[in-house]
Amino acid sequence: MKILVCISSVPDTTSRIAFEEGNTRFAKAGIQYIIGPYDDYALARAVELKEANGGSVTVLNVGKADAEPQIRKALAIGADDAVRIDTEPADSYSVAAEIAAYARDKGFDLILMGRETTDYNSGVVHGIVGEMLGMPSFSPVMELNVEGSKVLIAKEIEGGKEKLETSLPVVLGCQEPIAEWKIPSMRGIMGARTKPLAVIAPSAEALTDVRSYELPPAKGAVKMIPAEDAGSLIKLLQTEAKVL
Amino acid sequence: MSVLIFAELADGSIRKNSQEAIFYGAKVASQTGGSATVLAIGEASEAELAKAGNFGATQVLYVKKEENIMAYAKILTEVVKSTGSTVVVAARSALSDAVLARAAGALKAGFAGNVTALPDTSAGFTVTRSIFSGKAFAQTTITSDIRLLAIKKNVIDVTAGSDTAPVETLSIDTSAEDGSAKILSVEKATGAVSLPEADIVVSGGRGMKGPEHWQPLLDLAEALGAATACSKPVSDLDWRPHHEHVGQTGVKVAPNLYIACGISGAIQHLAGVNSSKVIVVINKDPEAPFFKAADYGIVGDVFEVLPKLTAAVKAL
Ligand SMILES: Cc1cc2nc3c(=O)[nH]c(=O)nc-3n(C[C@H](O)[C@H](O)[C@H](O)COP(=O)(O)OP(=O)(O)OC[C@H]3O[C@@H](n4cnc5c(N)ncnc54)[C@H](O)[C@@H]3O)c2cc1C
Ligand SMILES: Nc1ncnc2c1ncn2[C@@H]1O[C@H](COP(=O)(O)O)[C@@H](O)[C@H]1O
Repeated sequence: MKILVCISSVPDTTSRIAFEEGNTRFAKAGIQYIIGPYDDYALARAVELKEANGGSVTVLNVGKADAEPQIRKALAIGADDAVRIDTEPADSYSVAAEIAAYARDKGFDLILMGRETTDYNSGVVHGIVGEMLGMPSFSPVMELNVEGSKVLIAKEIEGGKEKLETSLPVVLGCQEPIAEWKIPSMRGIMGARTKPLAVIAPSAEALTDVRSYELPPAKGAVKMIPAEDAGSLIKLLQTEAKVL
Repeated sequence: MSVLIFAELADGSIRKNSQEAIFYGAKVASQTGGSATVLAIGEASEAELAKAGNFGATQVLYVKKEENIMAYAKILTEVVKSTGSTVVVAARSALSDAVLARAAGALKAGFAGNVTALPDTSAGFTVTRSIFSGKAFAQTTITSDIRLLAIKKNVIDVTAGSDTAPVETLSIDTSAEDGSAKILSVEKATGAVSLPEADIVVSGGRGMKGPEHWQPLLDLAEALGAATACSKPVSDLDWRPHHEHVGQTGVKVAPNLYIACGISGAIQHLAGVNSSKVIVVINKDPEAPFFKAADYGIVGDVFEVLPKLTAAVKAL
């Protein structure tokens, strides 16, 4: 089975979010970047499937060279080779177009991604890629099993889950509990240094453009209510906050 | 601009979040001097579909069809083309995301998700969207001829009227897509209030001590007509079902009122709830980080506080 895993490189979820240059750029200084948390689940399941069924895992990132530590980590976790499409990810459409252009004639059986990136939270790259490649796409997938060309998945729906059957090739956006995150072993880290990482020139154009960023207004101070008088909160919620 | 709103149906009627999307779409249409057409796919009566008019739609196009992402996306794409729509609006959800995504691929259309405000159409088409799980906003210009928008829930204040909209049933050939997936089973929480759409959410963390102690929380939720939620460790421990877990890796909620009971307020938890309008935190530890994100706080034992709140709600 030939698997492609697409990973984003995103600020660690505990990062302080700030902007610079007149609120037109995300302030990267001091920010720790990680593999997108959902993409990490996709990668873990891909490695498990390869270990069980044979085949290969290629990891792909659309990004500049500063994403290479995250790509190397994915190789250390168990991907066999990597591709970086050398451009700043600009929007969902262009990232998807880069991925589709690369994957088009490579014969991947499974293209796994995270349900969404944790910076822009779009949740659409998998669907756009699926459409561009004429493959079905599903997200958010919580269970994935492959039997021959048959693919069995469970995906989250509003207030529950749905099980369905589809077939290879397919594009999936993954989330927990599809697999447990994998931590690279020392051997994996050593091996990752020599695994191939191809850098490819970009070809797609973005269809959106961020003009400026802003932070939400500061939250007012919390109003404390003594525990003995807890019931009075309900009156405040009704008359002051007007949410009841 | 011709606006097309993709509305989701549940139990034979238009979902609440889709009503917000229709209202938003109708505002965009009136702001730019165009029409607001609803596309509804699924199962609903003509009378229910006509209610799209309550939220400002001028026409409803209906396709009766079982859920299939690929077929839905094909229908949406065809209808965008046949109506000449230049703006497509949907409420953000797992289904809409998947359908809009494929339509974006087919139509070469720019997409903005988690949109929180009406567009600025004075020069081009610029929307505000929430990013970093609610920790920031980005003013985003969509430069393609067709623009796709997924609206964040509970950011649009809907005022419903009494107009109804004419309903036209369409038939679109999706035979190429129909075989792409077969639904084997659906497990859905029944009876309870749907978490992603709830106006009020009462949520429990590890401070609730164990699944056998959930009753006081359930009592408050019932008195308030609220949905119930939990933190990640609670669902990992199987105290509560997985689909109740909110946060960065779980459901993102944006109710009018979120009541956190025995939850510490880790950043990953806040990522799923910080778009709530009002947050109440009950925690015995005055240093719990959640108080910093709260509007109202009570330092105390949940098992003493919850019954008092429930009694006060019943006394309203
Ligand atoms: C990558 C990643 C993703 C994550 N995603 C999520 C996510 O999506 N959602 C999520 O929730 N978490 C997530 N987490 C976990 C998160 O970091 C916290 O560990 C988790 O939210 C803590 O859950 P909790 O508040 O229920 O438990 P705890 O942190 O154990 O807090 C329990 C709280 O209850 C209080 N308490 C105890 N007894 C009582 C009592 N009798 N009365 C009142 N208060 C009491 C305590 O003071 C304490 O503050 C994630 C973590 C990581 C690393
Ligand atoms: N720059 C990128 N490079 C590779 N894959 C990406 C990139 N951005 C997003 N993806 C993948 O697409 C998924 C959905 O992203 P999004 O639609 O942007 O929320 C992510 O979880 C990744 O798996």
